[in-house]
Amino acid sequence: MTRARAAYDDVVVAAPVTVPYVRYSIRGAHWFLAAALADLFKRAGLAKDKLDGLCVSSFTLAPDSAVGLTQHLGLTLRWLDHIPMGGACGVVALRRAARAVQSGDADIVACIAGDTNHTHSFRLNLATFSQFARDAVYPYGSGGANASFAFLTAYYMRTYGATPEDFGKICVAQRANALQFPHALMKKPLTLDDYLNARLIADPLRLYDCVMPCAGAEAFLVLRRAAAEKLGLPYARILGTIERHNAFPDDPVQYRGGWALDRDELYAQAQIEPKDIDVLAAYDDYPVITLMQIEDLGFCNKGEGPDFVRRESFTAEGSFPLNTSGGQLSVGQAGAAGGFLGLVEIIRQITGKPLGAAVDDARLGLASGFGMINYDRGLCSGAAILAGQHT
Amino acid sequence: MSDTVLSRLIAELAGGRIRVVDLTQTLSPDFPQIVLPPEMGQAWPFRIEEASRYDARGPGWYWNNFSCSEHTGTHFDAPIHWISGRHLPDNATDTIAADKFVAPACVLDCSRQAAADADFLLTVDFLRQWERRHGRIAPGSWVLMRTDWSKRTDPVAYQNIDETGQHTPGPNTDAVRFLVEERGVLGFGSEAIGTDAGQAFHLKPPYPCHYYMHGSGRFGLQCLTNLDLLPPVGAVLIAAPLKIKEGSGSPLRVLALVPQTAPASAAPRAARKAIKRSSVRKRRK
Amino acid sequence: MTRPLLRSPRKNPILRTRLPTLPPSARSRVALGLTAAAARGRFELQVCRDCGTVQYPPREACRACLSARLDWRAQDGTGELVSETTLRHSHELFFRERMPWRLGLVKLDSGPLIVAHLHGDCAAPPSRVRVRAHLDRAGQAALVALPDKDTPHMADDRELRELTCDPKFRKVLVTDAKTPLGRVLVEALVAAGADLVWAGEAEPWKRPPGYERIKALPQVAIVPLDVTNSRAVKELAGEIGGRIDILINTADHHRNFGIAARDGVETARAEMDVNYFGLLRLAQEFAPALRARGADGQSSAVAWVNVLSVFALSNFPPHGTYSASQAAALSLSQCLRAELAPAGVRVVNVFPGPIDDEWSQTLPPPKIAPVRLAADIVAALRGGAEDVYPGDVAEDWLNRWRDNPKALERELAAMPQP
Repeated sequence: MTRARAAYDDVVVAAPVTVPYVRYSIRGAHWFLAAALADLFKRAGLAKDKLDGLCVSSFTLAPDSAVGLTQHLGLTLRWLDHIPMGGACGVVALRRAARAVQSGDADIVACIAGDTNHTHSFRLNLATFSQFARDAVYPYGSGGANASFAFLTAYYMRTYGATPEDFGKICVAQRANALQFPHALMKKPLTLDDYLNARLIADPLRLYDCVMPCAGAEAFLVLRRAAAEKLGLPYARILGTIERHNAFPDDPVQYRGGWALDRDELYAQAQIEPKDIDVLAAYDDYPVITLMQIEDLGFCNKGEGPDFVRRESFTAEGSFPLNTSGGQLSVGQAGAAGGFLGLVEIIRQITGKPLGAAVDDARLGLASGFGMINYDRGLCSGAAILAGQHT
Repeated sequence: MSDTVLSRLIAELAGGRIRVVDLTQTLSPDFPQIVLPPEMGQAWPFRIEEASRYDARGPGWYWNNFSCSEHTGTHFDAPIHWISGRHLPDNATDTIAADKFVAPACVLDCSRQAAADADFLLTVDFLRQWERRHGRIAPGSWVLMRTDWSKRTDPVAYQNIDETGQHTPGPNTDAVRFLVEERGVLGFGSEAIGTDAGQAFHLKPPYPCHYYMHGSGRFGLQCLTNLDLLPPVGAVLIAAPLKIKEGSGSPLRVLALVPQTAPASAAPRAARKAIKRSSVRKRRK
Repeated sequence: MTRPLLRSPRKNPILRTRLPTLPPSARSRVALGLTAAAARGRFELQVCRDCGTVQYPPREACRACLSARLDWRAQDGTGELVSETTLRHSHELFFRERMPWRLGLVKLDSGPLIVAHLHGDCAAPPSRVRVRAHLDRAGQAALVALPDKDTPHMADDRELRELTCDPKFRKVLVTDAKTPLGRVLVEALVAAGADLVWAGEAEPWKRPPGYERIKALPQVAIVPLDVTNSRAVKELAGEIGGRIDILINTADHHRNFGIAARDGVETARAEMDVNYFGLLRLAQEFAPALRARGADGQSSAVAWVNVLSVFALSNFPPHGTYSASQAAALSLSQCLRAELAPAGVRVVNVFPGPIDDEWSQTLPPPKIAPVRLAADIVAALRGGAEDVYPGDVAEDWLNRWRDNPKALERELAAMPQP
């Protein structure tokens, strides 16, 4: 049943910020988050004491949470949130901040996500990731999400006939996009042969199916249109958002996500159709999840993902611009910032300020989030449709 | 020192004209221990636990704690050890008069007979024949039954147990009564694990050596070695058990003073080796 | 098709011995319920008492109705393999050293979805499989999916062998080969494919029936071993300790006295000296070499087996001092288990009820035959269990003890004196 969702009135997003990614850093997460905030204030011409809301996502901030940051960075706030939802944290942060601004609980909210990466960070983060993973996945050797996504990918390939070439096409296109993006850590071109012949990680996943963990941060502001205009900031309007956790718990293997449950309400709230979207940012921890989002967000039917991939082209200039900064697969996954990367790129594209490849006449963008492989499937899903200010 | 018998003894010892022969087996965990039926209280074998060895437990010293039965290794049996001697006066290791611990020894060579028959029993006839050659056994002497059993360094051979029990040589009832009633000896000594023969349970009474010796206030010595280095007569034994309160016996050092002019039954070469000979039991590989 | 295991070539003595690493061992307390069952060779999952939903991963409340009344119940483990992968890369040292490693995703017929180690003979999904719970090298429960029906040489599968302590191609020390159990255990180990069985004997002059037979076996080497003799234990450990893969302590001094029935402490001390201090001496001298060889190739050091007694759980007054010595040994074995855990060497405790031997002669049946007990020990080594209660009496006493230990204490005190 499609319920009407309240619109977002004149709440907007602005000031997309990326703190350059590095493979390893000796700094703590606080450094990257502070850098993101500082850049936000600078780009927005915003005085620090004008910020009254903060939404934080980070895996390596421990033992601090968002509260510790307020004192660490000298902020006095009337609204504070901490979103531990991995790849969905960007969309969810946007949702939380937007309703806070809409209701008047806060005027200007900074949404920031960032993580450091030490050589032992990956293993350390795993140890505290989830109880189910610790009890029922890591003892089997994967040491991360690779085995879970290998299961998923193998099942999807067997069920819907996807081939390695299909996944490879997406990775190759995203690499092409990334070569123009200044913050991408992957700087070498990727051919389909490179992708197909790369070493196996966990059958059927190969090297270029997996993201590279790194350090970095992403951020944006959520505020009223009037405030954005007063600051002279290009902005994007929020047409609709969705969020779902633990969708379809009885599916034996995850082949669809919560978007399939909520997409009709998303497009109804935004009053558009999938074909109206000019640019898509799909959460790309593994290419199979990108395909799942394309299907579940209504760009094609379930199971038609392989055909869709074979038909379309995914570079910024292509028929279906996808992950136009390169996505995590080619930019890098800076921890929780990976959940912001797509949304920040959409903001840039539809405000006409891309850092790399530009999508021609991008007016409507969709950022999709997915995350938290608590055990055998990603629990969080979310999506946001943004419109350029002149749309 | 004035010229006394004792000062002459010291001089003779220093001059090598009196040798000290060690009749004692080395106390080690590998030495066989007497085995009783499993339902009975057992005699502990020798066990030794390190307390420290120049290490964290004691940096500058080495010492052990050990445990064993009163009847482990080369040992002395006191009269209180047997039921027949339980009520006699001065019958324990702490009450036996100390002058009993130095005494002459008669050594009976049964080595040929024991080699031919592990159950060889010493008889009165054998004793009379021995006395015809070496003279009457003097009262207050130790009577030592040499069988060369101590040369059986393999513990299995030393125990010599099969389905019918233990098979080791010892005296028969008449021989024991003769030594007690006709000769008034101090006690009986053996190279085997008991003074009585391995099959002595079947004699009448069972274990006659223990029964009559201890029942008359006399003593036993077991697991002796080097008896082949002693003359048939002439050696003096020093055999003093530990002074255990109400002790039934104890492991001890048994030494024999052997005059070098006395006829020796062993060749001189063996006598020279005697002082250095070790009788550590070798383990079967 | 699983390739039958071949005897590995002699180890090159100048090469460094790889040190043991362990699979991830952290588990929440509720997940340890799976480990407790796997320790007894069982696969159990939580089942909601109110709505019957089977839960996995282990949790604090039913995922269907939120009830906290979750009971651990035996599972038959049948299910369908819905997806598989082969790991070629891992951040975990243990798995890194054992690549490639096959994993499966199984939908159990009882409902839950599980990640499991995948036996090489399981067909590609979709296919039917059986899931079992074993203890892994870290001593925690791990699920393994096996083919629907047994296949030839199934136990030789590389991944399955990492979860078990199979004596095949391994070298075993049986500390007392002269007891009724020790003799048949030596034979059972040879039959199970052990390369070499050292048969310990304490009193070389004793010749129990059947002993000549095991002495004649080509795989058997008789070694002197008296567990009351510290020096002898140390010397034997120096000689053969570095070659032992499995140590089975069968040394047992068993008499039939409580407190009042026997004067003096000599008998009780003998029981303690063999059953408790014997274990301590063996552990001090033999454990270090076992620890170092926990990952030493195909025939690595894998297990330390203590043959205890179910009397260790709750004192059996007619054999009261014996029971106490077994309780002491049980406690010490838990210490040994903790000390061997980092090396991935499993301490297996076997708790038979009365064995059909001379010291249980006057106890009424059922009594466990030594041959059956030996078979159960070999099965436990193959199955990867660590707490073994062989035979009907042991199983019965365990159930009573778990149900209500005080009630068992009363029941044992009320049993007629044999």
